[in-house]
Amino acid sequence: MSIRLSTGGRFLNRARPVRFSFNGQRLPGFLGDTLASALLANDQMMVGRSFKYHRARGVVASGSEEPNALVNLGSGNRHEPNQRATTTALFDGLEATSQNHWPSLEFDIGVVNNALMRFLPAGFYYKMFIHPRSFWKHIYEPFIRQSAGLGKAPAPEDQDPDTYEHFYSFVDVLVVGGGVAGLQAALSAAQSGVKVMVIEQSAHWGGRAPVDGGTIDGMDPDAWVEKTLNTLKSMPNVTVHTRLMGAGVYDHGYALAYERLSDHDPDKGGVRHRLWRIRAARIIAATGALERPLSFAGNDLPGVMLASAVRDYVVNYATAPGQSTVVVTNNDDAYRTAIVLKNAGLDVPAIIDARPEGGGALMEEARGLGIRIETGRGIARVRGLRRVVSVQLCEQDGDGAVLEDIPCDAVAMSGGWSPVVHLWSHCGGKLNWNEAGAFFAPDPDRAPTDQTGAPFVYCAGNANGAMDLKTVLQDAVEQSQNVIGSLGCESGDASVPSVAQTQEAPLLPVWLMPAQAPKALRSKAWLDYQNDVKVSDVQLAAQEGFESVEHTKRYTTLGMATDQGKLSNINGLATLSKALGEDIPAVGTTTFRPPYTPISMGAIAGEARGALFQPVRKTPLHDWHEAHGAVWEPVGQWRRPYCFRRDGESTQDAVNREITATRASLGLLDASTLGKIVVKGPDAGRFLDMMYTNMMSTLPVGKCRYGLMCSENGFLSDDGVVARIDDQTWLCHTTTGGADRIHAHMEEWLQTEWWEWKVWTANLTEQYAQIAVVGPQARTVLETLGGLDVSKEALPFMHWVDGTLGGLPVRVYRISFSGELSYEIATPASHGRALWDRLLEAGAAFDATPYGTEALHVMRAEKGFIMIGDETDGTVIPQDLGLHWAISKKKDDFLGKRAQQRTHMTDPDRWKLVGLETLDGSVLPDGAYAVAEGRNANGQRNTEGRVTSTYHSPTLGRGIAMGLVHRGPDRMGEVIRFARDDGETMIEARIVNPVFFDPDGEKQNV
Amino acid sequence: MLILTCPYCGVAAEETELAPGGEAHLTRFGPGSDDAEFESYLFYRENPKGVHFERWRHANGCGKWFHAARCTNTLEVFGTYPAQTTEPPAALREAISAKRPGWSWRSFSEET
Ligand SMILES: [Zn+2]
Repeated sequence: MSIRLSTGGRFLNRARPVRFSFNGQRLPGFLGDTLASALLANDQMMVGRSFKYHRARGVVASGSEEPNALVNLGSGNRHEPNQRATTTALFDGLEATSQNHWPSLEFDIGVVNNALMRFLPAGFYYKMFIHPRSFWKHIYEPFIRQSAGLGKAPAPEDQDPDTYEHFYSFVDVLVVGGGVAGLQAALSAAQSGVKVMVIEQSAHWGGRAPVDGGTIDGMDPDAWVEKTLNTLKSMPNVTVHTRLMGAGVYDHGYALAYERLSDHDPDKGGVRHRLWRIRAARIIAATGALERPLSFAGNDLPGVMLASAVRDYVVNYATAPGQSTVVVTNNDDAYRTAIVLKNAGLDVPAIIDARPEGGGALMEEARGLGIRIETGRGIARVRGLRRVVSVQLCEQDGDGAVLEDIPCDAVAMSGGWSPVVHLWSHCGGKLNWNEAGAFFAPDPDRAPTDQTGAPFVYCAGNANGAMDLKTVLQDAVEQSQNVIGSLGCESGDASVPSVAQTQEAPLLPVWLMPAQAPKALRSKAWLDYQNDVKVSDVQLAAQEGFESVEHTKRYTTLGMATDQGKLSNINGLATLSKALGEDIPAVGTTTFRPPYTPISMGAIAGEARGALFQPVRKTPLHDWHEAHGAVWEPVGQWRRPYCFRRDGESTQDAVNREITATRASLGLLDASTLGKIVVKGPDAGRFLDMMYTNMMSTLPVGKCRYGLMCSENGFLSDDGVVARIDDQTWLCHTTTGGADRIHAHMEEWLQTEWWEWKVWTANLTEQYAQIAVVGPQARTVLETLGGLDVSKEALPFMHWVDGTLGGLPVRVYRISFSGELSYEIATPASHGRALWDRLLEAGAAFDATPYGTEALHVMRAEKGFIMIGDETDGTVIPQDLGLHWAISKKKDDFLGKRAQQRTHMTDPDRWKLVGLETLDGSVLPDGAYAVAEGRNANGQRNTEGRVTSTYHSPTLGRGIAMGLVHRGPDRMGEVIRFARDDGETMIEARIVNPVFFDPDGEKQNV
Repeated sequence: MLILTCPYCGVAAEETELAPGGEAHLTRFGPGSDDAEFESYLFYRENPKGVHFERWRHANGCGKWFHAARCTNTLEVFGTYPAQTTEPPAALREAISAKRPGWSWRSFSEET
């Protein structure tokens, strides 16, 4: 069993006992524990079930590379799945539950998958679930949904109560990693005076060195770390940060880092996580190395751990994963674990060393402590169900014939070390295979490069393949000097600390234990614990022709879990290359992608949530709308009233009332959101002739013209009324939400195609409030305000005039989007509310009714006017909409003209705009398709049109719609069928003229 | 996230300040062009692994369009220049030749 030792524990604060719960059970721990160390100290060896086979799993590692010990943390709106117990700091009241089991961790129904393991091989999902198609919905999908997935997502209605933020930082040198390499590199760099930022993902400085031993400048590593850190902290050009993880490296020295401020102390309050967005001229990745598991049968049993992790738990947390631990290794480093265990008074029944000759000085030291050493041997299998009972000794170079059963309750394994090259690789750094160490290390000749073509990421220490203390510190100084030199700075002190250390014998690559393991053993030898991928799965993938490492990864899901294969990557590659009979470097690696470890969605969002998610644009009349029952509709970033609901009224009632009142007497619309772009200059007319399909250069001063804008591929992009202000000035109205886009579109063509033309543009959208005064009494109410002659003779349809109304400066456009007598009145934004109030006051006698966007839409549809985004979707040309009258035939050129001559565009078989009237008067479903005879090649029913706008018209007392129909205008009067949402039942509709109301325009021409 | 220096205002702009505009130095074909010309103008683009010329707008800055010459493989930026031109400046082409001997892109190359 695993136990807490009575003394020791570098990180423990024994004066501060805390209590936490695991699966509802209350357990003791200390401040300074991780959840993993505290669970082990309470003999909780099994912490979860595996993803696919639901096998019992325990803690494997001691850091962020942990694949198994993922738990649910917290409850209610603070519930978080998939949190690594090894990086979760313990605090009083912490609540954790295990994952991937039902009904309980000990008795799990899903473990049946384990019994069915041989029926769930690599690529199982691909092979199994393809046919028959009909099984998907009712059989396969529910099965997969129930048994797949890591942990449970929080309930969608729970809002995260914590706060998050982004920080921005600009430095010369970012050092990622606070081990001895990172600290030494930072010190060397900082001495030249450059701005240095050092970040460490854990709460502790020094990395592995204080656990692994040796001396630096005659000091224990702990003492050296403290001294160096104090020096760094005293330098004004250096900042140091713990709990800040280097998450990703991107183009041109951009880096993301993830800070956990209060996870270890939730009562602290304040910001929980912070995302740092860093620009660094140079990045030194001193990110260390990760130990690899060995592939033997039963290497996933709770109690089988990385040798370095066992050592960490004993030294840092005074926790022994076992009282009797067998060490299995292919290198010298694992001997350190055996020595640490023995010195802590624990039993080490044997060190099983796969190397025929065994190790060097560390082996002798272990032997001197009386530990039995078996060289050239391996583990055939680990015995046990939910925890280790014994290991079966075998010859490494054999097929697993059992020599002896060695009782033990834990196994410490080491398959060698792999440099953490993730950050190097994120932005394109390439790797070389190191034969002696059996790992991939950065190739300095193929580094990630910045905007000047210079390398900007440098690895130092373990991350650079320097694997012992002495070379680590040498490399840290050397890389730091390289960085400083590349920045053109004078290097400071380049001295390297003196190091005393034990020499190590070479490692022997071991990718399978024993080397000739039969299938029965290989199919129990795990590569990827988190995604449940075994040696036999990768071999099967190779056998089935998945030769590319990227294909094998996807087929077997090796390395695709939340740990991104930190432990499994090299072992998986080696297994694949062996199965393919190729060298490891020839097979290559998969791509490392950020983030290094998962980061919270909250940190990514930062402050951008709720009201700060997006800026809200408000018109000058916003407050009035708010106070008068506006039902808001987002239109781009604008908020517009959909309608104004009165007490007891439904939204539909309000819309109908607004339309009826407007058509009967007087309606008022806040049209301030319409885009208003001034185009000015000697070449402005010529320019607008290119931008619009119509002729705008000939528009007389004082008049308005409806215009269409197309993209260069011919599709209708925007529409609006253009007014000629003076000889060289036009005012172009755009759709709401289209102003910025159209302004940018104009600037693009002016700056990049016709840059010699003398034209200037300005987007004045927010400078003006604009109010549409609509209905038979529109003229009367303006006359009541007084100041302008708005008679039929003085201000005819499609004219505009400047002046004052009720003493306010205005420009009045006589234009109509409703078919009513209508004036749109622009006034400087600061006068908008005053004008609105005057109009309401003067209009009171005529039942002046403010109306919203829905009434606007219904009234325009009653008149057959198109709406950008309803009748258009980026595939519709003006000719489809019967807008030939707005396309100049006199102009040689305009944007989109050439494209509209393409054969596909002139094809008479295009779907074209028509009106649609249901035979029963009902409202057609929005977006419904007209069903034609027959089926297409995919077995789907053929279609011959679709609904683009559909409303209930209170004016006509029936449903009206517009739609695009195959050869529609040629088929007037024909009845076609539209499918309801169920896809089965049909609604019949007659093709009619899209102008449903007042086709002769009698109401507006008064 | 790239950094490109706007040749108008001199700001070394983060990519979030910029809007991409696709390939640079396209020749517009309008009415009167044949189908092949129009098709190549509208639909066909270079996809080089190496030297590339592209359009950017300093959208959240001075608003100006400019061109950038950069390596799509290493992300090295050879230079930026105003968009009001039909070809890359000679000095820039020489600078690219020094760094990428033998480069070519559409009708432009080390020799031209
Ligand atoms: Zn600029």
